[in-house]
Amino acid sequence: MAAPPRPESVAMLEKLVAALTAKGILTEEEIAERQAITDRASPETGARMVARAWTDPDYRRLLLSDGTAAAEAMGVTMAGAPPLGVLEDTPTRHHLVVCTLCSCYPRAVLGYPPHWYKSAAYRARAVRDPRGVLAEWGTHLPDHVEVRVVDSTADYRWMVLPMRPAGTEGWSEERLAAIVTRDCLIGVALPRAG
Amino acid sequence: MTEAGAAFAPGARVRVRDDWPEERGPCHIRTPHYVRGRTGTVERALGAFPNPEDLAFGRPAPRRRLYHVRFDQRPLWNEGHPRDTVLVEIFEHWLEPLAEGSP
Amino acid sequence: MPDDAPAHVPATHDLGGASRFRCTPIDPDDAPPDAFGKRVDAIRQILAQKKLMTVDELRRGIESLPPEEYHALGYYERWLRSIAAIMIEKGVIAAEELR
Repeated sequence: MAAPPRPESVAMLEKLVAALTAKGILTEEEIAERQAITDRASPETGARMVARAWTDPDYRRLLLSDGTAAAEAMGVTMAGAPPLGVLEDTPTRHHLVVCTLCSCYPRAVLGYPPHWYKSAAYRARAVRDPRGVLAEWGTHLPDHVEVRVVDSTADYRWMVLPMRPAGTEGWSEERLAAIVTRDCLIGVALPRAG
Repeated sequence: MTEAGAAFAPGARVRVRDDWPEERGPCHIRTPHYVRGRTGTVERALGAFPNPEDLAFGRPAPRRRLYHVRFDQRPLWNEGHPRDTVLVEIFEHWLEPLAEGSP
Repeated sequence: MPDDAPAHVPATHDLGGASRFRCTPIDPDDAPPDAFGKRVDAIRQILAQKKLMTVDELRRGIESLPPEEYHALGYYERWLRSIAAIMIEKGVIAAEELR
């Protein structure tokens, strides 16, 4: 569990806000507005992008060649956001995203990163023992599959395009999107039909 | 296709500079320790971005080419699955061409 | 690592492969940030929009924390300390205002 902030941190935050407010740098309204905008981003966006890519070959091509444009095509505002790259899983390659240096994450299409993504254990282990990390999510990949860890070190943000699972033939985009979880978009889990 | 102005094309073998600026003083670098001095393969060029090493100190930041470079996992850690790889974003000024026949 | 490799110690934040976390299970907690975290997050974004600090400066500030603080503080507590340090460094606020 993430520990609650210590009292001195809470006090420091309020002093910082007071100092910045007194100088006319920000207001409580701006903070609330910014937080509301940030709260609206969610992994449902990434899931809808994947579902559409599974059913629309043109969109799939766009998603893989220009993730930013593909996000904008779904109504996401990408101005000011880092460019989005999308990595395609295949029968012989599985991607797993981590940021070993901090916590880079495709927030525009996935929302806030979960606590575990930012944890020292995930950052340390994903890059060195990816199969051990995947096993903690119950994800086991056969030996013939290459696990490709993506260490998000610089200006891009990365999302995984998982493979469409068997047993989903004829499903609507909406139904497909419902099985694409945030964990599938990071690469620790695989979408399941049932 | 080599991206216009890019020093390295997809498939190029490169070596990451074995440099440790954090041992010389305050700095901010985006090249993780575990690939320094290591050999990888350019997957593709990712465009150019203001150098974070300057941005972090509020200095004027010239744009630098960025690449996705792929490394085999096993040589990095002397353990792991032989097929597994890691893909890292690395700026051009951290990369050196690898001469033909080098290890 | 080969036995004869020169001993470079990675920076605190440069966590890839760090042996000390080798056997640490990953805490599956996936709750969104609490009110404190969301507030710090929003302030960081506003300061970036107003060109008062870059995300790279935020990271540099976090990376400057002493190792024991880096690991003891919560995620957004690290952010807050970095934001405060950068704002003081740039003369936007005075250190006394946070005391």
